[in-house]
Amino acid sequence: MPRFAMVIDTRKCVGCQDCVVACQTENDVPQGYCRDWIATEVRGSFPQLSMEIRTERCNHCDNPPCVSCCPTGASHVEDFGHTVQVIANKCIGCKACIAACPYDARYVHPDGYVDKCTFCLHRVKEGKDPACVSVCPTHCMYFGDLDDPKSAIHTLLATRRHHTLLPEAGTKPRIFYLT
Amino acid sequence: MLEVTSTRHNLHIDPVLTVWSWEIPLYLFIGGIVAGMMVLGGLALLRLARGEDTRRYFSMQTPLLAFMLLNIGMLALMLDLTHRLYAWRIFTTFQYTSPMAWGSWLLIIVYGVLLVSALIRLPDAWPWLSRKLPVLHKLSDAIVGRPQWIAVLGWANLVLGIGLGIYTGILLNTMVARPLWNSAILGPLFLVSGLSAGVATMHIAASLLQGRAAPQGMVGGAFSALLQPMGPQHPEKDTAHALLRYDQMFLVAELVFIAILLINLHTSSASHAAAAALITSGPYAAAFWGVVVIAGVALPLVWQALELAHKVKHTVAPALLVLAGGFTLRWIMVSAGQMSEIVPVLSMAP
Amino acid sequence: MTQLSRRRFLAISTAALGATGVGTQWSALTGAANAATPAAGTVTQIPTFCEMCFWRCGGIAHVRDGKLWKFEGNPRDPQSMGRLCPRGTGAVGAHYDPDRLRQPLMRVGERGKEQWKAVSWDEALAFVAEKMNKIKAEHGPESVALFNHGFGQRFIQHTLKSWGVVNYAGPSYAQCRGPRDVGYVLTYGAGVGSPEPTDIKNTDCLVLIGSHLGENMHNSQVQEFAQAIERKVPVIVVDPRYSVAASKAKYWLPIRPGTDLALLLAWANLLVTEGRYDKAFVEQHGHGFDKFAAEIKGYTVEWAAEQCDVPAELIRSAAREMASHRPASIVHPGRRVNWYGDDTQRSRAIALLNALLGNYGRKGGMFLAQGIKIAPFPLPKYPEATKPRADGADAVQYPFADEGITTSIRDATLSGKPYPIKGWFVYSTNLMQALPNAAETIKAVQNLDLLVVCDTVPSEMAGWADVILPDTTFLERHDELLTGFGRTGWAALRQPVVAAPHDQKPSWWIAKQLAEKLGVGACMPFKDMEEYLSFRVEKSGYSWAKLKTEGVIMAEHKPITVEEGLELSFETPSGKVEFWSDQLAAKGFDPVPKYTKPLDTPAGHFRLITGRAPGHTFSRTQSNPLLHDLMPENELWVNTTTAAKLSLKNRQYVQVKNEDGVLSNRIRVKATQRIREDCVYMVYGFGHTNKMLKTAYLKGASAGGLNTRYKTDPLMGATSIHANFVSIVKEA
Repeated sequence: MPRFAMVIDTRKCVGCQDCVVACQTENDVPQGYCRDWIATEVRGSFPQLSMEIRTERCNHCDNPPCVSCCPTGASHVEDFGHTVQVIANKCIGCKACIAACPYDARYVHPDGYVDKCTFCLHRVKEGKDPACVSVCPTHCMYFGDLDDPKSAIHTLLATRRHHTLLPEAGTKPRIFYLT
Repeated sequence: MLEVTSTRHNLHIDPVLTVWSWEIPLYLFIGGIVAGMMVLGGLALLRLARGEDTRRYFSMQTPLLAFMLLNIGMLALMLDLTHRLYAWRIFTTFQYTSPMAWGSWLLIIVYGVLLVSALIRLPDAWPWLSRKLPVLHKLSDAIVGRPQWIAVLGWANLVLGIGLGIYTGILLNTMVARPLWNSAILGPLFLVSGLSAGVATMHIAASLLQGRAAPQGMVGGAFSALLQPMGPQHPEKDTAHALLRYDQMFLVAELVFIAILLINLHTSSASHAAAAALITSGPYAAAFWGVVVIAGVALPLVWQALELAHKVKHTVAPALLVLAGGFTLRWIMVSAGQMSEIVPVLSMAP
Repeated sequence: MTQLSRRRFLAISTAALGATGVGTQWSALTGAANAATPAAGTVTQIPTFCEMCFWRCGGIAHVRDGKLWKFEGNPRDPQSMGRLCPRGTGAVGAHYDPDRLRQPLMRVGERGKEQWKAVSWDEALAFVAEKMNKIKAEHGPESVALFNHGFGQRFIQHTLKSWGVVNYAGPSYAQCRGPRDVGYVLTYGAGVGSPEPTDIKNTDCLVLIGSHLGENMHNSQVQEFAQAIERKVPVIVVDPRYSVAASKAKYWLPIRPGTDLALLLAWANLLVTEGRYDKAFVEQHGHGFDKFAAEIKGYTVEWAAEQCDVPAELIRSAAREMASHRPASIVHPGRRVNWYGDDTQRSRAIALLNALLGNYGRKGGMFLAQGIKIAPFPLPKYPEATKPRADGADAVQYPFADEGITTSIRDATLSGKPYPIKGWFVYSTNLMQALPNAAETIKAVQNLDLLVVCDTVPSEMAGWADVILPDTTFLERHDELLTGFGRTGWAALRQPVVAAPHDQKPSWWIAKQLAEKLGVGACMPFKDMEEYLSFRVEKSGYSWAKLKTEGVIMAEHKPITVEEGLELSFETPSGKVEFWSDQLAAKGFDPVPKYTKPLDTPAGHFRLITGRAPGHTFSRTQSNPLLHDLMPENELWVNTTTAAKLSLKNRQYVQVKNEDGVLSNRIRVKATQRIREDCVYMVYGFGHTNKMLKTAYLKGASAGGLNTRYKTDPLMGATSIHANFVSIVKEA
């Protein structure tokens, strides 16, 4: 069974938010909400500066706190790809998962259930990449099976320095940022 | 220098998490009161089962009060749910990793136990109803006549009360993402706070009835079923003192647990320390120190000690302060907790 | 006629041609059932090319059950290479924009008061034709001018020219890339063109002067920029601001604004004196090199370090770095280069620097873009002009201008010289923000008998119109065939993917209707665009049916670099690369660019600089719901130290006031280390004041509105945008 993950090359990311818009149109995200976003960190003082630009979303963690706290099982780990998904008609809108997520990756959809990045499973099932990965003009995003030694993400993780977000939270996120 | 920006702007998520507003603190508060009532009620039932005096007020009447309060709490919970038409989904499964699931199933049992506990004295407290439904007398007599059943009810109340009082604290404290809640003392703190709030509620209820005859009508009887001791008897003179002594215990424990919470957070990680700072010196400091610690615990502690030493007249004012402090504690914990977050290690570099 | 040779290529300037109430939920707007999984439905894919900016990337629209779902890149298209930028991806929002113009409107009440009555197309166009004919009778057709931007202007311009208009101009010349192209023509005999033929994909060193790729979202260039980063190509960025590009650069020169020419000349001098330039190229193709070398001798690195406030070692290292990779080393010519009023000379300096690197027509340098030949549709000739253009383009005033100058037409409208301009037709350009000193534009407009604005959104310019004609978005219409210039030439088709939601009409239809009413209907002798386009395509030997499904026709690849066998030739007076320009000297200009110190920043003030954001195009996308969401307002970048001195907190709202007393709308402070202390920065295009733009109304501040003090380039008439000093005013 594949374990889907993303690798993002922060050297190439320009923070243009193409991934944000692509996700919104692909997934009919309600206006005013976003499932992914751009974060920047600038360090130093003028003119000695450095900046990291990241596109962020739900990390589809290996140890997802949003799944263990869900009282109905709406928030669960899907067999296909081991991604974290929400079944809308099982969600009661208690928002424990939102409070439990260290990345604040979820939000309450206007229809009442909790929503977030799905890794575009509907596209992946057709052999395509998630919308954000497909649109990125700098080709800084890679999607694939973490357990497949032949996948591009496998090679990238083996050969490039990378970090995840908030590893100290113990969530074992599956989005890796190349630096 | 570090500059961090994010383009995300989701409602109630950014710039600060605010998905839980007044409904949750209200439920936590009421849940705590009910838990407190159940623990004390359970202890009293156990004494009753051993043959002690059956007329001790608070063992008999508060199950119904607890039941009504719990309804208000559950209403608040339902209002908080954004997809509430699907709330029944909780009961089609059992997610054993979710304290909320545990709590939900627990509440079902709590409701049952409260109703059965209420049966013990209901017919005497609400004569109008027992005239309409004579079966109530039969049920009440059946329980009262069987000390083993009373003992079971007693244990049930005690255990469920502790569970009810502690599970919300556990629910919050499993969340690594919210460092303010991430302390094992949170559950016990909510429990003792609930115990003192429960006692305070019973204390207020007892004071309201002192010296009043039991109403006999339908509506009056309904209300008196909540608050009135059975029949024409008054609550025992030293009931109030007993409650006060319990309360002092709980208040001292609460102070200790609050201190433990602050020490625990302050000596854990930088994220936990920053979270603690939100309530000790940050935006919630005035409410925390002023209302929760001083007005809600320290002042009632001193005041009730003076009452017990007969230095001041006995009033319900300290009990009201305890309630105010209890609600504010939960409101602060829910708001500040959502505001707290893990400070990334990488951002702590100079 | 000047000695100036005509440029070979002009893709942009002269190229041819509603939904719901206030949106709450995007899924409500698009009709999808459940946002957790996309709605099911039949999806059709229709290729077309984008008009969210001027890059014109090919895309494929996905229409689900008749409703526009999403817009993705067309893998066949050489501009998009299968991926669109955020504006292209957000083009769907232009279709659903709740603030877009819906039906023809006519002014009631005074000009600029924004009071309208809805009218039919017939009434609107009849009014326009009547007014135009009246102007023709009183003054002649030369007294009607056309301002245009965007591909849809093709047939508007055609109809008007057929009727006798001679004065037409786009702000993309005098308010954007004009100086750059003229600087290049003066040096190489050919302009830069669009898109810039920079071989970033193969380059070994990229130098960006002010260009902020990654924030300015020239799709294909950003894609190649990312490829270059991946190849660890050294990037050198010269910018007072730590742009995204600067954050990926090997060298960032945080230059004092206004001193770029000093840096360029010092670099050139270093390359010459240290012998790091391409001697073979200079020997074979250079004209006047020795005089050039002598002229720039005084521009030392130390001198430039002082002028530019950049360490000398950094200047030196950057120069040596770019030279070490020649000829695969590019100094990007930039695009919106109208900064200080000396921009043609500065662009010429960049052209000369590139010549020293010998990258002209070289792999990894600047290749020679190729086009495609598509047969024209036989159209009647335009009438002979009886009067010269009113904007001095052909005259003495700006001797090296080779396109229409918008601000000069405005000047003529104001002065009535050389003859009165009494009518303006404004297509798809928000002149109120685009032209410097809006007060002059307002004054000029008062002299008009007719002001027609044709656009998709209610811009500030539209607010002043007598008649507003609602254009369709590109998704809802056909347009002229795009003939693209690149590594290989190509043609792209624009065809409607959805119907216009209200009473909007495509510009070609507007042009045709107007032509009928003006009595020049014969100028568009085709029934519709299908007839026009299919004729052109089939006549050229391509399949119309295939083009409709594929969207793109690729030309045969021809050599674009010396490596591929290209022979270099230069259409300059000397037939060579003019290191020394005799024709400039003949007209009394500096034959080699000379540096003049910029004005000192007045105390308590900062130079206002402006730029682009990846989610917006000029001032026309702010009401697009998707793009508005990415960036609802702009921010004022203020150095953290400056902010502290002024007691400004990050994210606090302030107003910006320029030296002419113009006070901007409130704008949020971004206190950051990413900018010099002597300047402040804001993205261009915000601060809208047209009340019909409900989503964007008074959000952020208008950089264009603050541009009231401007210098005009004496060579070709471009107007500056960075010549204003501002102070920060705290909100009361």
